[in-house]
Amino acid sequence: MSRTLAEKVWEAHVVRHGSGAEPDLLYIDLHLLHEVTSPQAFDGLRLANRKLRRADLTIATEDHNVPTVDIDKPIADLVSRTQVETLRRNCAEFGVRLHPMGDFEQGIVHVVGPQLGLTQPGMTVVCGDSHTSTHGAFGALAFGIGTSEVEHVMATQTLPLRPFKTMAINVNGALGEGVTAKDIILAVIAKIGTGGGQGYVLEYRGDAIEALSMEARMTVCNMSIEAGARAGMIAPDDTTFDYILGRDHAPSGADWDEAVEYWRTLRTDDDATFDAEVHIDAADLTPFVTWGTNPGQGLPLGANIPDPEKIADENERVAAEKALTYMGLEPGTPLRDIRVDTVFLGSCTNGRIEDLRAAADVIKGKHVASGVRMLVVPGSMRVRKQAEDEGLDKVFLDAGAEWRQAGCSMCLGMNPDQLAPGERSASTSNRNFEGRQGKGGRTHLVSPLVAAATAVRGTLSAPADLEV
Amino acid sequence: MDAFTTHTGVGVPLRRSNVDTDQIIPAVYLKRVTRSGFEDGLFAAWRGDEHFILNQEPFKAGSVLVAGPDFGTGSSREHAVWALMDYGFRVVISSRFADIFRGNSGKQGLVAAQCSQSDVELLWKVLESEPGTPVTVDLTDKTVRAKDLVAPFEIDDYTRWRLLEGLDDIALTLRHEAEISDFEGNRQTWLPTTDPLPAV
Repeated sequence: MSRTLAEKVWEAHVVRHGSGAEPDLLYIDLHLLHEVTSPQAFDGLRLANRKLRRADLTIATEDHNVPTVDIDKPIADLVSRTQVETLRRNCAEFGVRLHPMGDFEQGIVHVVGPQLGLTQPGMTVVCGDSHTSTHGAFGALAFGIGTSEVEHVMATQTLPLRPFKTMAINVNGALGEGVTAKDIILAVIAKIGTGGGQGYVLEYRGDAIEALSMEARMTVCNMSIEAGARAGMIAPDDTTFDYILGRDHAPSGADWDEAVEYWRTLRTDDDATFDAEVHIDAADLTPFVTWGTNPGQGLPLGANIPDPEKIADENERVAAEKALTYMGLEPGTPLRDIRVDTVFLGSCTNGRIEDLRAAADVIKGKHVASGVRMLVVPGSMRVRKQAEDEGLDKVFLDAGAEWRQAGCSMCLGMNPDQLAPGERSASTSNRNFEGRQGKGGRTHLVSPLVAAATAVRGTLSAPADLEV
Repeated sequence: MDAFTTHTGVGVPLRRSNVDTDQIIPAVYLKRVTRSGFEDGLFAAWRGDEHFILNQEPFKAGSVLVAGPDFGTGSSREHAVWALMDYGFRVVISSRFADIFRGNSGKQGLVAAQCSQSDVELLWKVLESEPGTPVTVDLTDKTVRAKDLVAPFEIDDYTRWRLLEGLDDIALTLRHEAEISDFEGNRQTWLPTTDPLPAV
């Protein structure tokens, strides 16, 4: 029987099929932990006197809470410090490898897994974080889970799950100059809506997807959750294998050959059918930015703020009105006229080396506009080191940006990197929710290229705007 | 987990769509390492506004939240469910729930009852015209009742069964321990492992 990629990976992990209403029991190959969603799960294990079943399939890093300056000093926020220290104690007690603040492998959990070679095609990967969908870029079935499920995986290395439906997101054609993976995924979300992917695994396909680097593919899969889908996948190919080869946890020798032979079977069969299909022409895409308070409220940079009066659907109209009030924006305003206070370059969406290179290339020899602060936060310490080896830190510092240590930082503002009330950001992160980057903060989601150009001009801009 | 069969409590109309988990509980409230006390973070930004529904009598004492479509989108934080339950909510009604939120609710005993949007609108009208109207949510026959209104809701059969019985998911899975071990014995040997430490 012909099957989609997602169905193949699912079937390969079924421990037992459920009967009737009962879900399937799925084996989990890799469990990633961080400080925020794990403490209550570890507590649950202790209370029930249960063991961590597979410490060798579990790895932890500190990312959500950690400061991005003065990391050699104790964390100033006592509650954050307690949470980080609790993770350290839990990992020591249960034997979990942890990459703490300052460690060379520390960083955002979704940057760390791939760079260590722990994320591989055909695996099931989970984490108490919705952006676990990132790992689907390797052809893994990867999705975020809640803390109860974290405890479940700790105790059993499995999850009871009902099969997902499948949706093909076909992106064909060539991307124009200055158009990136971030613009693809923002356009996908605007097209299908924040609930359009509910119940589905998205498979990104087509020559525009095949042409993307691994890092760009991770950006696309990362934001699947913003379309309501728990997971997004891309079939593995030579680009994938080249990325994995030689990494710390990659198979080697005869194992490598055997693995690649299996990985090459991880493609949707030609005659397989999806439950839904979406088509996007890559050549139509331009730099995309959000104007509202959910990631589906986005438009091409050349557009104007929409007029809620002209939105037919009542729920959407009310949502747009509330969003514009919160964002302090007027219908009809050109997006390019929107002035920002802060530019944030980083996060599990766009905090990888390619993202930093792309932004550095735009900002090199220029200066951050007066009154604008720009934070550059590498996704991991390894990315930071690589960027420094390439001299990117100097490019950013010379331009007047801040060069920080690794972590989630201003993506969700759990650490001191926050917007003040009313402040406006252009952010390469993934969520423009009310208050996401700090209470009262206003977020516009953008690509690294748009972030860099915006930092220079002070208003939402594309690199092409710098040339005129 | 406590069993859930039926619940009657004050219904709270929340006329908003896309209520993401950052709105339900902002990230700054996620730093605790305990499992209780999250009620102070519930809708923290909105509760600063005196006109917000939960700041008004009799909605303050609400236990059945009736929200717009796409409730619980965004972050996987189970703290969103804990905050709702710690505040006193036992049921959320919406025409669409985000997948992770729905799953988290089922694990904790919060009923995520999916009604049609037209029934949600009817419920809103009842609750707004007569504030304090009790809403009864019956998991045995999958109905919501308020005044004369009787609306069916959807919830998947397995979650419903677990909620009615009050069963712990992990204990259910561990009944299949032998099958898990069998599966583990057949995994490809080249699959990656982390470098665990000796447990103390």
